Amino acid sequence: MTEAVGRWGPGSHAERARWRFDSRWVLIGVPVALVVWLAIVPLTFLFWQSFLTPHTAARPAEFTLENFRIAYFGGETFGLFVNSVIFASGTAVFALFVGTALAWMNERTNTPFKKLFFALSIIPLVIPGILFTVAWMLLASPKIGLLNVALQGLFGTDYVFFNIYTMAGMIWVDGLHYSPIAFLLMTAAFRSMDPSLEESAQMSGASILQIAYRITFKLAWPAVLGSLLILFVRAIESFEVPALLGLPVGIHVYTSAIFNAIHQYPSQIGLASSYAITLLVLCCFGIYLQSRLSYQSSRFSTVTGKGFRPRTIDLGRWRWLAASLFVLYFVVIVLLPFLVLVWTSLQKFYSAPSWDALSRLSFDNYFAVLDFPGFWTTVQNSLFLSLTCATTIMLVAAVISWVVVRTKIPGRWVLDTLASMPLVFPGIVLGLSIMICYLYIDIGIYNTIWIMLVAYVTRFLPYGMRYVSTSMMQIHKELEESAAMSGASWSMNFRRIVLPLLKPGLLAGFIYVVIVSIRELSSSILLYSPGNEVVSIMIWELWQNGQYVELSALGVMLILLLFVLVMIAQIIGRRFGIAER
Amino acid sequence: MLSVNSLFTEYASEHGTVVKAAQNVSFEVPEGKLFTLLGPSGCGKTTTLRSIAGLERPTAGEIEVAGRAVYSSSRGIFVAPNKRNFGMVFQSYAIWPHMNVFQNVAFPLEVRKLGRREIERKVMRVLTAVQLDHLVERDATKLSGGQQQRLALARALVMEPQLLLLDEPLSNLDAKLRDAMRTELKRLQREFNLTTVYVTHDQTEALSLSHEIAVMHDGFIVQIGTPRAIYEQPTNQFVADFVGQTNFVGGTVTAVDGAGSCQVRTALGELKALATDGVARDAAVVVSVRPEDLELSEQEIRPDAGDNVIRATVYAKDFLGEYLDFHVKVGDVVLQARAHPSLRTPTGDPIFVRMRAEKCVAIRTDTAPRGGFDANEMKR
Repeated sequence: MTEAVGRWGPGSHAERARWRFDSRWVLIGVPVALVVWLAIVPLTFLFWQSFLTPHTAARPAEFTLENFRIAYFGGETFGLFVNSVIFASGTAVFALFVGTALAWMNERTNTPFKKLFFALSIIPLVIPGILFTVAWMLLASPKIGLLNVALQGLFGTDYVFFNIYTMAGMIWVDGLHYSPIAFLLMTAAFRSMDPSLEESAQMSGASILQIAYRITFKLAWPAVLGSLLILFVRAIESFEVPALLGLPVGIHVYTSAIFNAIHQYPSQIGLASSYAITLLVLCCFGIYLQSRLSYQSSRFSTVTGKGFRPRTIDLGRWRWLAASLFVLYFVVIVLLPFLVLVWTSLQKFYSAPSWDALSRLSFDNYFAVLDFPGFWTTVQNSLFLSLTCATTIMLVAAVISWVVVRTKIPGRWVLDTLASMPLVFPGIVLGLSIMICYLYIDIGIYNTIWIMLVAYVTRFLPYGMRYVSTSMMQIHKELEESAAMSGASWSMNFRRIVLPLLKPGLLAGFIYVVIVSIRELSSSILLYSPGNEVVSIMIWELWQNGQYVELSALGVMLILLLFVLVMIAQIIGRRFGIAER
Repeated sequence: MLSVNSLFTEYASEHGTVVKAAQNVSFEVPEGKLFTLLGPSGCGKTTTLRSIAGLERPTAGEIEVAGRAVYSSSRGIFVAPNKRNFGMVFQSYAIWPHMNVFQNVAFPLEVRKLGRREIERKVMRVLTAVQLDHLVERDATKLSGGQQQRLALARALVMEPQLLLLDEPLSNLDAKLRDAMRTELKRLQREFNLTTVYVTHDQTEALSLSHEIAVMHDGFIVQIGTPRAIYEQPTNQFVADFVGQTNFVGGTVTAVDGAGSCQVRTALGELKALATDGVARDAAVVVSVRPEDLELSEQEIRPDAGDNVIRATVYAKDFLGEYLDFHVKVGDVVLQARAHPSLRTPTGDPIFVRMRAEKCVAIRTDTAPRGGFDANEMKR
């Protein structure tokens, strides 16, 4: 009996001290080492490289400040900075405007078919940026764009209605592409608002407009500003649109400038690095402001009381206008791009729809794509990378989140910060730093698929962390404590209680990471080597060769695959009861 | 003043099923009175309140305030909540976090486009009434729970509402503060002569605050009456059980006289009891007796005309400080009785129990407890 007490009762002081000593080392040490390796080391190399001249066969690299001189005082400097800022802020404002309007209509009004629209709003996420951009090129390029051709036919002129190869065109495409993110961010903001705050304004005699302006939007303001900053950072990092639409007409922003510097001979890695550092600083600044803001707005935290069914505002006859806006949005963001890809994929060579062209429809391009040399290797690479990456991330994220959310170990915030840091890295900057890092530290992964895995894991770890720590916070601490009281050890507790309860979050995060990994382009573009191409790179190469019809066929197949994946995620989510919030 | 007539409110739940939240709800609240909707969670009391507020759109019925219809299904009237001029305090208080104390209270006056000086005068008057006048500039989120509650009340009062609606206003406060705020609320309500509808699941609040109480169950009002009537003469088993503690003894009616009393054959023997609606000869009933209405004595009691006296055994005792809970056993029936702590009869000893006939309420069991409080229906 006494033995049993000794075993199951509270341990002696020495015993407890030893446990804390051990677990602290393992729990903090291993993840910190991993995260430091992933997030910090490549950055250091990037920084170092920015002070070196190009390394060629004739001349070894030397220390120089020339890169920064070109980056900051070169002829193009000012234009580059201005272009980047205009592009990013234009995109952010446009996306936020669209996203907020849609979110408000969806959450706070009685627009018909809302549920359907919310489900549809997920769909744009399955169209990768590169395909979205190519689709809009096919729609609105001055020469071959379908919209131009159609309108020119209609009015019998050769006036160019839309030119996608302009700053406005770039903002249009990128803004549309990020608008679903703005929609989701603002939806969350509207949902976290206690509806009784609006109801009490209504009981005070305020009209719908007064409530919208003085209560709803005032309360949502921190979220609006925060979303704006997030979108700004996402836009300034985006690579596909500037590369596909800006480069051909000489509109340069930081991401495309980095790409350009690498892809010339000799590679200007040093110059690319100093651009990358500038871009990184801009992003950090944006994220810093955003976190300051969200800290301040935590005062405004409005999640109180019992959750009641949020009351919706009656739009009257205007609700049909709202519904048609949704339809228009859906057409512009999903239907048009997808249909133009489908149309193009069925043609022998690219041409506008006509009876003549209709008679030439064939599936030849699909067979051609399937017969590409190396197609199946590419698919295998993509699958391997996305699955391995998602598995690794979810496991690491589960442990790190547990340490951050559950333990009181001092210094755990460092872990959180480090693991979230890659969120700030633009994909192309991360690709560049990892490239430089493993060029110098030769552990045999340079020019292999593993270097891309490292990049993916680093890049998407923060997403995994968000998924897991949100669900971790929802697990009441007492569930674990009662398991401990029942005699479960830490590892038993983690395996039998924590992981099963986290399952929905882990699964949702896993699928999300798979999806974003398959779409990834901006890191891969600097890291792939022959034989290690992934699907997005294949699309990129097809675009460079001008093989639009084959590109479209491949794009349609990829979109369908991603669509199926998202549907599976939705079904799993519903079965395990993860609400979309 | 407020008149609610045959109100039905139904809505589709998240799973798509229809929730029948308020069913045939009818009541009247005279000017200056406090009327309470009392019931367990999910009984439809909050929905009824929100229907009066206009925050829910009822499916049928009429709601009139001072002769003005704010909702009428037959005449197709629905006045928007912001046009009703009803003050409301929400369970979560719904204090706007981006405004300070003054701004929160001033808001209803600002949307009514009052002059700045008048706003200031009215806001300060109501803040003084709720004793928050020293915190005018304070951020609303930096207030304690009790202060937030008073702020919410001030905001509802400042617009001089025709009707004050309170949705469980005390449920987020801790016990001591709740008692203090209850007294405060009662003082303000009586002082300003506010016609008030109060929603709570707490019987103490309901009994101590109200002029009249409606007990709700499954969407229906099952009894309306003064606090004393609800407590002392429950007309159905649900009310007797939900409000306060009680003993139920099952039995059959053997005789009914015209004066409202009856004889019931129970496991305790023949009991003289008060007959409620629908109690007739041979009806199956339960007799409800409150623990404090069981008088205990070690000496034999000589019964008066209207008394039931029973000989029992002390089965168990709980000492609770200001009183003692006795559990006394008669045959297989255990009754709970509340006694003064000076009574020290040991467990197992015999004891005499007196229950006055007017304290024993016979309630029919074969009528469904949810009948809807509709006088005609009850008679049928």
